[in-house]
Amino acid sequence: MKKTILSLAAAAAVMSFGTVAAEAKVKACWVYVGPIGDFGYSYQHHQGLLQAKEKFGDELETAYLESVPEGADAERAIERFARSGCNIIFATSFGFMDPTNKVAGKFPDVKFEHATGYKREHPNVATYNSKFHEGRYIQGVIAAKESKAGVAGYIASFPIPEVVMGINAFMLGAQSVNPDFKVKVVWANTWFDAGKEADAAKALIDQGVDIITQHTDSTAPMQVATERGIKAFGQASDMIKFGPTTQLTSIVDDWGPYYIERIQEVIDGTWKQSDIWGGMKEGHVVMAAYANMSDDAKKLAEETEAKIKSGSFNPFTGPVAKQDGTEWLKAGEVAEDGVLLGMNFYVKGVDDKLPQ
Amino acid sequence: MFEGILITIATAATPLLIASVGELVVERSGVLNLGVEGMMVMGAVTGFGVALATGSPWLGVLAAIIVGALFSLLFGFLTLTLVTNQVATGLALTLLGLGLSGMLGESFVGMPGVKMDYIYIPVLTDLPFVGKLVFGQDPLFYVSLLLTAGVAYFLFRTRAGLTLRSIGDNHASAHALGIKVIAIRYLAVMFGGACAGLAGAYLSLVYTPQWIENMTAGRGWIALALVVFASWRPWRVLAGAYLFGAVSIGQLHAQALGIGVPSQLLSSLPYLATVVVLVLISRNRRLTMVNTPASLGRPFVPDR
Repeated sequence: MKKTILSLAAAAAVMSFGTVAAEAKVKACWVYVGPIGDFGYSYQHHQGLLQAKEKFGDELETAYLESVPEGADAERAIERFARSGCNIIFATSFGFMDPTNKVAGKFPDVKFEHATGYKREHPNVATYNSKFHEGRYIQGVIAAKESKAGVAGYIASFPIPEVVMGINAFMLGAQSVNPDFKVKVVWANTWFDAGKEADAAKALIDQGVDIITQHTDSTAPMQVATERGIKAFGQASDMIKFGPTTQLTSIVDDWGPYYIERIQEVIDGTWKQSDIWGGMKEGHVVMAAYANMSDDAKKLAEETEAKIKSGSFNPFTGPVAKQDGTEWLKAGEVAEDGVLLGMNFYVKGVDDKLPQ
Repeated sequence: MFEGILITIATAATPLLIASVGELVVERSGVLNLGVEGMMVMGAVTGFGVALATGSPWLGVLAAIIVGALFSLLFGFLTLTLVTNQVATGLALTLLGLGLSGMLGESFVGMPGVKMDYIYIPVLTDLPFVGKLVFGQDPLFYVSLLLTAGVAYFLFRTRAGLTLRSIGDNHASAHALGIKVIAIRYLAVMFGGACAGLAGAYLSLVYTPQWIENMTAGRGWIALALVVFASWRPWRVLAGAYLFGAVSIGQLHAQALGIGVPSQLLSSLPYLATVVVLVLISRNRRLTMVNTPASLGRPFVPDR
């Protein structure tokens, strides 16, 4: 009885729908892992939905489900969408990988797009992700230029390749300016707990860092940095409103262009399976305005951004050594995507023991 | 630096303490309200919204207290008047609060909020080492201490407190003595709701002055656990909240120092500490039984 009520309530909580009906040519549907009000990851995916809606107008019908737990519930949510006439479904969290593939097998006429995963078991499943580490490298460059203490604080979420890659890219960027630069890492073991993120920021500041960067999703660290009068980087969205005198820049996830492109392909009938890992070049990763820094740092950041955008520079270019000093990349060698996507080691200079 | 750490600990402990002391009164009256998280998050969204609209954090706090109490009234009506299952109703209240607050707060997302100012007393606040800690914190920190003292006094030093505890221990006997069991339980439930609302406002006006969906992030559940941890005694709730806060903040410092202990282990320390203390406290079974409200969670239907 208790269990029934719980699962009923959970189902009700999951089914907060947003649907627009009209004579639409195509219906696109999104499944989010968090609430669209997180002002972080799911919020940015939803901004992509809104961009697509604006672009296609009445031609496009959209629907979304928020706060869908990873696992069995996700499969139900995706299958519901497939049955309800969605032509293309965007499943936006890593944990939706297997459910997406499973449902895709049953609905060969529906297109499935899975974010941040790698499994494409059916021809109607595509995967996509963004090279956020390109932005982290630029942040590292700025941090090393702007920090007086020579040490930055890094609030990390979980030790998954995506996050480890970010820390390494930040470290390499900082080392390109100051080889002795230090990074203090604190694992919050959550994506989203404003209070804990604020506490982590306070702890780092009390230990002497004068720049904070984060790979967790709330704006709390930015506010703490403002209160304590140090600088910080935003995360996932432009957080300048929370730190007008604090934010140096922010990595903004811009999924809109990708969504518009893929929906257009569905309309045109040219959609094909693909595996897109877009970065700054493709416009999937955008830097918020460079602010609150010296002209010198700004110039270097812009130059680095231009190099990455043009494709002439990859943040993971040798020589790079692993944390223990063994060689990883020879001089001039560029890391393979496959290695990056499974990254489970630190580069030299990171002052932390990687949780395994 | 040490003063800074202590203030950080106080900030982490205060919302837990406020919500926990409120729930303690509810449970002492024999009602188990698992909806703390839901009431807290409703308080957070209300406090944020009202403070933003009026520019006054105090009006935000007041509104959060009222909304918390009203929201708990829903729980009271269901469990006390309609005699529904308290556990299920409490869980439903949490789920409802999380969903409803997300809806109400949709337009607040991404807006910098109003922050409650810290107390400043000339000379005293400027004292070295202890000035900011003792005389320079946010006003609600002092409220939380007064609240704890007030509840401790009320429960164990007043006749009304004795009445409330007697209902929690044996509602049938209390009823037979002519005590208005249901009415007093309603008041207790609303007090708990008001405290949870206040704790929520602390999150969105002091701790992290912003609104984010689900920003309580499980603090309501920790507050619930603290009540058991403290074996239903107010000053032990305070000790528990500060212990929890201290271990939470301490582990972050340990990580930042890079002492090489796996972060997963450090992150679980506050919970481990809670379990260890629980075991130590409940070693003496008789003492635990004395403090546990015997009618806790049991439905009461007065015979006519």
